[in-house]
Amino acid sequence: MADDLERRFERTVQSEARIEPRDWMPDGYRKTLIRQIAQHAHSEIIGMQPEGNWISRAPSLRRKAILLAKVQDEAGHGLYLYSATETLGADREDLTLKLIEGRQKYSSIFNYPTLTFADVGVIGWLVDGAAICNQVPLCRTSYGPYARAMIRICKEESFHQRQGYELLMTMMRGTQQQRDMVQDSVNRWWWPSLMMFGPPDAESTNTEQSMAWRIKRDTNDELRQKFVNMSMPQAEALGVTFPDPELRWNDERGEYDFGQPDWDEFWQVVKGGGVCNEQRIAHRRKAHEDGAWVREAAVAHAAKHARKEGAA
Amino acid sequence: MSFDNAYESLLGGEDAHWAFGTGFSEALSGVNREFPAGVDREALAAYCLMLGDDALIFSQRLSEWCSRAPELEEDIALANIALDLLGQARMLLTRAGEVLGRDEDALAYLRDEREFRNVHLAEIDCGPGPGGDFAATIARLLVFSSWRLALFSRLRGSADPVLAAIAEKGLKELAYHRDHAAQWTVRLGDGTDESHRRMQAGLERVWPFVDELFATHAVEVTLTGVAVDPASLRSEVDGVLEAVLNAAGLTRPTDTRAARVAGMAGRDGVHTEAMGYLLAEMQHLHRSLPGAVW
Repeated sequence: MADDLERRFERTVQSEARIEPRDWMPDGYRKTLIRQIAQHAHSEIIGMQPEGNWISRAPSLRRKAILLAKVQDEAGHGLYLYSATETLGADREDLTLKLIEGRQKYSSIFNYPTLTFADVGVIGWLVDGAAICNQVPLCRTSYGPYARAMIRICKEESFHQRQGYELLMTMMRGTQQQRDMVQDSVNRWWWPSLMMFGPPDAESTNTEQSMAWRIKRDTNDELRQKFVNMSMPQAEALGVTFPDPELRWNDERGEYDFGQPDWDEFWQVVKGGGVCNEQRIAHRRKAHEDGAWVREAAVAHAAKHARKEGAA
Repeated sequence: MSFDNAYESLLGGEDAHWAFGTGFSEALSGVNREFPAGVDREALAAYCLMLGDDALIFSQRLSEWCSRAPELEEDIALANIALDLLGQARMLLTRAGEVLGRDEDALAYLRDEREFRNVHLAEIDCGPGPGGDFAATIARLLVFSSWRLALFSRLRGSADPVLAAIAEKGLKELAYHRDHAAQWTVRLGDGTDESHRRMQAGLERVWPFVDELFATHAVEVTLTGVAVDPASLRSEVDGVLEAVLNAAGLTRPTDTRAARVAGMAGRDGVHTEAMGYLLAEMQHLHRSLPGAVW
């Protein structure tokens, strides 16, 4: 019986069909998915902070509106993704606690600080760009609710990316001070963006099983190479350079060669030693704890209301 | 869309895909922007600044909640309201700028505190800063949106076609803001002992700033047929607030009016101490890079 279920699951996955919430699935598949989708949801929610940092100071009303709407979209993405985990039996409150107690991770990129308004543009271009490279294959991932959430998220992310790039284009047409600001921002975000694809394949622990289950579809190094190949013409059009002396076109391979990020820094930040790790979690924890009385009130009111309706 | 190359359309550069664009030109396309005959243009500009600054400064306050709200759904809702008000502010500042020869950004970023015309209710800290909490934020939203909704519903009949169009567009937004605030007021008033106590305290926090909303200013007197006399809104707004507070089991605070400063308040450009910090934060980057393009 169990073998039948397992065989049917394997067949569904191998044939590129979708697994839906009511279908049987192996425990490991369910746990891996909950972990991955929750981490993705946490990343969206924590990711509101670095950009949100500039809403109050946005230098034009149009940019303020665009930025506020973008950060709002990230809250929306977090919501879709937490909802997708709920189809697997997880609970948003429980996952939020895991985040603020440091038991689940979020994308390490958000532990870097946003220091100028150019960072808003560079995050849109490079960080959202890297996220899209990571996420586009997930639109075909084997778990239906996740795949469908990712289609919507990718569309919105690619819109954000265009907005980021358009901001940088505008700044590059401005004053020399603005151009310097953009280049400085690119210098700070390039390597962390490359790190977003995760450690080199030889050191990545989760890849093999996730690829077999069609949860993951490309290796870290494949995606990183794709990102570099796509980013170079963009940088040239923009008039900025990437801070990598090894970065050059390789005619033989038909791709760009590039250097390795500082993986020691990567692990240091992943393990909590980044400039903003503590701040990001403390911010999220404070919002959650400060809001507890509001959530309790809403529940209490709804319960009273239900009782009244029941009595009527 | 194709999922194979996220960058494929990035270099195209056509503007049609922007969801926001400049945000207001389309919303008011087709509206006659000529000034009606006989209207005092300086007064019209001052009036647009009053209503525009109310929206701009309150939007700035509301956006402080972004990533800090009690629940994700509420984070999104407060951002929506802040975006609506920012949109109203941009249309109103643009209209003022048509008289003054300045654009929306020059008016938002390059005026000094004494030139801002918003009411004090818009600028005070009602949370998430130390000046309040979610309940005080909801109390302010309830009072502000009830008042502005009443004002905009009359402003639809303004002799200035642009003001009339802005009011028409803003009406639906403000009805949603008021409904959102009213629902939370009832939930918090009725919910738990703590939420009831906080909601009552939130009302006490904002009540001294209510009276200013209904004080007629000389500019409004000058603009008969164009502006709305806010004194005429009082009984309608009082009725709305009373209905909501009754449903929530809350007590209307006694009318304590914040004293004016040598007879002046927000509409005269005389603000609370909070305003200087708010503007310093909002304006610093724009002012730090003169000649920059954004």
